[in-house]
Amino acid sequence: MNALIILIPAALVLGGCALAAFLWSMKSDQYDDLEGAAWRILAEDDQPKADPAPAER
Amino acid sequence: MAALTRDARTQPFVHRQPSGENRLELSVPEAHCAACMRAIETSLARLDGVTAARVNLSTRKVSVAWRGAAQTPDTIVAALDRAGFAATPFDPVADSEAADEDGRFLIRCLGLAAFAAGNVMLFSVAVWAGLGGEMGLGTRTVFHVLSGLISVPVTLYAGLPFYRSAWRALRAGRANMDVPISLAVLLALALSIYQTAIGADYAYFDASVTLLFFLLIGRVLDNRLRARTRGAAQSLLALQSATARIETSPGEVALVAARDIAPGDRLIVMPGERIPVDAVVEQGASTLDLAMVSGESLPIHVNPGDHLGGGALNLGERLVIRAAATIDGSLVAQLVRIIEAGEQNRSRYVRLADKAARLYVPVVHTLAFAVFIGWWMLAENGFAPAVHNAIATLIITCPCALGLAVPATQVVAVGRLLRANVLVKSGDALERLAEAKVAVLDKTGTLTLGRPDLIPGNEAADIADAARLARASRHPLAAALVRAAGEGALAATAQELPGLGIEAEIDGETWRLGRASWVGAVSGEDALELWFARGRATPIRFAFHDAPRPDVDAFIAGLRARGFAVHLLSGDRHAVAARLAADLGIADFRADILPDGKVAYLKTLAATGAKTLMVGDGLNDAPALAAAHVSIAPASAADAAQAAADFILCGPALAPVLDAIDVSRAARRRVLEGFGFSAVYNVFAIPFAAAGLVTPLISAIAMSGSSLVVVLNALRLLKRTPR
Repeated sequence: MNALIILIPAALVLGGCALAAFLWSMKSDQYDDLEGAAWRILAEDDQPKADPAPAER
Repeated sequence: MAALTRDARTQPFVHRQPSGENRLELSVPEAHCAACMRAIETSLARLDGVTAARVNLSTRKVSVAWRGAAQTPDTIVAALDRAGFAATPFDPVADSEAADEDGRFLIRCLGLAAFAAGNVMLFSVAVWAGLGGEMGLGTRTVFHVLSGLISVPVTLYAGLPFYRSAWRALRAGRANMDVPISLAVLLALALSIYQTAIGADYAYFDASVTLLFFLLIGRVLDNRLRARTRGAAQSLLALQSATARIETSPGEVALVAARDIAPGDRLIVMPGERIPVDAVVEQGASTLDLAMVSGESLPIHVNPGDHLGGGALNLGERLVIRAAATIDGSLVAQLVRIIEAGEQNRSRYVRLADKAARLYVPVVHTLAFAVFIGWWMLAENGFAPAVHNAIATLIITCPCALGLAVPATQVVAVGRLLRANVLVKSGDALERLAEAKVAVLDKTGTLTLGRPDLIPGNEAADIADAARLARASRHPLAAALVRAAGEGALAATAQELPGLGIEAEIDGETWRLGRASWVGAVSGEDALELWFARGRATPIRFAFHDAPRPDVDAFIAGLRARGFAVHLLSGDRHAVAARLAADLGIADFRADILPDGKVAYLKTLAATGAKTLMVGDGLNDAPALAAAHVSIAPASAADAAQAAADFILCGPALAPVLDAIDVSRAARRRVLEGFGFSAVYNVFAIPFAAAGLVTPLISAIAMSGSSLVVVLNALRLLKRTPR
């Protein structure tokens, strides 16, 4: 039963991490545009403004 | 653009942030791919002063932020126009943001409940497995305490959506589904704390969090559905609250929201735009299309001094008009008010789930109370088992499956209809459509294409010659002639004489295409026609008709096969409507009917107990769409009609209406099956609970199992049924 002293906190901490990650991702608006996000990873630069002079391509 | 004097009016929709940034939201219905997203964002980011531009592909909206006065809504719309996207600024409605916050809160609750359910189950399964005696009493108590430490805060927080709703209902003297849910969850928690404190065998911590977890899934699905359908309704409203070009001082034009137009303002209406408010023509002459306003299929001609009703579409030339009324005083707004009256009427509709709750709540509570009294009276030392078994009854009957049945089914149904090119604007619309038995159809633009087409029968050479003139005009009859002729040249000297026709000098002759009297012919009948004369030659007649949609026969047959009685209503002339009704074999039809006449017709039908499905597209149909039990509008419909309808067809075909009917009926069956299953489940479960035989293990299996069955049953809707 001594294993429980390590295993139970480990289980709770891991679950808690997942919960925290979920709450963080929701807080940072990551579920607002599910469709756009899928495409955005394919864009060359997702920060158009940071690109100093995007010439016509 | 020069300095703008009336800042508040010329900067509609712009929100000034505390940081000094200006923010504008635009609806861009054409944004649908990664390339669009990129094109829009780069074209906006290149503008002076713009600090951020972000497209939301799911909602088809663009949010732009900029500093300084370099940009206005006009320049941003213009920039998007150059990039090839039509954009409409809109006001994000305050309560939609509140609704968004509600959605986030629900998901947060769901996340917490998922965490708690998973971890508490970890302990519970261990306890159940160890009940044979392998687990020491101390370990079990520790496990119960740990479960309690997780579930108590989570149950109290994640259950808030239910407690609040239950409390609101109780204060209003009603009972909704959330009352038994809240009672079951809170009593399970209280009982478990008590059991843990006395070191008893069973604690129901897992029941309270798992219940919440399942119910929150239903609640989140329901919320998503509402958000999605609200989004659809909102972008329609955005289009409706259109902008107008106003002449602020001679030579200076600014874009304002249509609702800010004051009587006396000089407005400029370009070809292809709608007249925003009732007005008088000041300069210019043009042809207006009233099809959306009155259902009249022939365009009318206007000159300076003529009065115009709001909502008419400008087909011809640039017009300068003087507003005669505000938007509230205009024809459009009056229609909108009739629409709103109809919608209020409809909001009295009681959803299936609420009907079920009205039956369910008293039955379950009476049962639990009976169990309590029974044990207390009959058993020795009966108070503790009486409380225990009454609570067990409430837990086991908690309407988990019921709470999931409706949202799960509706989400699946809406998703499936979306793929069939039907946009659903509210969840209960599906329930209403499933009940409808009488179809009332509009003619122009619904059963017909809503545009004139040449009736075949003329010589190809005549058509080709006439089209050389017709290409100079935007008139719908000329456009129909050009469509019939195909590719070809425009006569260089062609000139449109408003109200008469088109004239050109060709080979030393004067060719004319236009109304009979002007061309020198005598028209025999009141019909859609154009006359064409080459010099002194005998004029040739081109006849047009508003052709029925290609699949209209199959559509009417499909409606009849589904048990619908079909009625036809039209604002058009009697002869035209009668011909189509005869072609389609519709006996019940009314022609020359005004918007309030359509509403009255629907009311008469409703008075006989018929549940009506209205399909229509015009502004003149909008009040009827709102008054009907359920309504469908094609995508080509007037904005107000789309806003009033429950479903919108996104393609040219009528067949998706039949899909919508099939899916709604199937969805209703799934929901009723879900309810039926819950009832059967309760019939079996309640005796066990009342007899005190329900252990936490049994309740966990029963709850998860019933929820799973209901969800899987809802998913059956995804299966394609051959039509």
